[in-house]
Amino acid sequence: MAALLFILVAVATPITNIAAYIAYFSLIWLALLTAKIPPVTVIKRSLIEIPFVAFALLMPFFGQGERIDFLGLSLYQEGIIAGAGIIAKATLGVLSAILLSATTTAREILRGLEILRLPSMLVQIATFMLRYLNVVTDEMERMRVARASRGFDAKGIRHWRVLANSAGALFIRSYERGERVHLAMLSRGYSGELPKEEREEVLPQQIALGLALPLLALTSLLISSLI
Amino acid sequence: MSEKSLEISGLAYAYPDGNQALYGVNLAINQGERVALLGPNGAGKTTLVLHLNGIIPTMQGQVRVAGELVDSKNAESIKSVRHKVGIVFQDPDDQLFMPTVGQDVAFGPYNMGLRDSELNKVVEDSLSLVGMLEFKDRPPHHLSFGQRRRVAVATVLAMKPEILVLDEPSSNLDPASRRELADILRSLDITMIMVTHDLPYANELCERALILSGGVIAADGKTSDLLKDSALLKKHRLELPVGFSL
Repeated sequence: MAALLFILVAVATPITNIAAYIAYFSLIWLALLTAKIPPVTVIKRSLIEIPFVAFALLMPFFGQGERIDFLGLSLYQEGIIAGAGIIAKATLGVLSAILLSATTTAREILRGLEILRLPSMLVQIATFMLRYLNVVTDEMERMRVARASRGFDAKGIRHWRVLANSAGALFIRSYERGERVHLAMLSRGYSGELPKEEREEVLPQQIALGLALPLLALTSLLISSLI
Repeated sequence: MSEKSLEISGLAYAYPDGNQALYGVNLAINQGERVALLGPNGAGKTTLVLHLNGIIPTMQGQVRVAGELVDSKNAESIKSVRHKVGIVFQDPDDQLFMPTVGQDVAFGPYNMGLRDSELNKVVEDSLSLVGMLEFKDRPPHHLSFGQRRRVAVATVLAMKPEILVLDEPSSNLDPASRRELADILRSLDITMIMVTHDLPYANELCERALILSGGVIAADGKTSDLLKDSALLKKHRLELPVGFSL
């Protein structure tokens, strides 16, 4: 939640406000370091951002309006600003997502969503996804081994047919498993609601701690725009 | 001990596609009995089992659990019968659907209305019965198959059922897990119906056996007597493992 707020504040900031961005980056790195997450891990996980960066780098080449010459290239000024904006905002978003996933287990995120009153059906679906992800990937792996041991090697377009069939079979198997799971749930008295864990009370301090990051970001935005 | 845990009379069932699975099943099981339900593939064993807690609605005939009629049109009756009959399904991955072992065991009793310390006690008791208490906070996919089967048994025990129904309890278990499960099952003081193809296992755990074949109960008697009758076994596509004799 705090992560989401932080991202919102960051995205709402105009890119021309450079001081605010410097503050954001320092804040999120401070939080990452306080959480004792090794920087190498953070950088590795940030690699997911690369496609966006590539897109952003192209932006200065297309656009309209004022041009500036830079290293013999003629670039559009608006494009540069927009591109830099995308990179900065995406990086901040990715970093806060990393902070969330490294400090909070999937189960705790689900519980948090429940406390924040996400509809219980959505929480249930996410819970089952978490539980059965491994089962389904195992099944997929077994099917791959079964294909490979009968001499199948997916190389080109001609093999897509087989792969599509496998995907279909996997879907049907998972669907049938879903039905069996539902039977098992009914047998144990399921009536549309999963048991809630006895949750510890959410302390005001915890909420305050959670809000600290977005609030600090907001303050730095205000300060820098006043200057 | 003469009270009947389960009474079935004239139970017949045909699937919606017209395929008839049961042709009039009659049987009675006393409280505390351990009974093996034997029969070839497609004999209707699973269909029979799913009748016991009202998952398949009764079309013809009657099923009574602890004297109470299973009435699939009555939501109250279904609810109470699902507390009384606990089914352990074949694939523990189907049975264990919650993120952790403890939450999964709590699922049934929670639905029965238990909360907090009471709920916690039931969960811990059930897990101790199957020797899995230390795994309470682990996610099920980190357990071995044998461990998952044992947790599956605990999930059902937590509901304190009148009858425990096990579908192929020994399938896919290595010999040691098979042995451990047998010890656990033997230690439970509960009416038990065990659907299985594993005849030595049935003989080891169950005094009495039923053979379900062609949708009717074809034989009912002492397990060792039935298993000695090789003509009977052959007629119903059952076989003892090679080299095994009673």
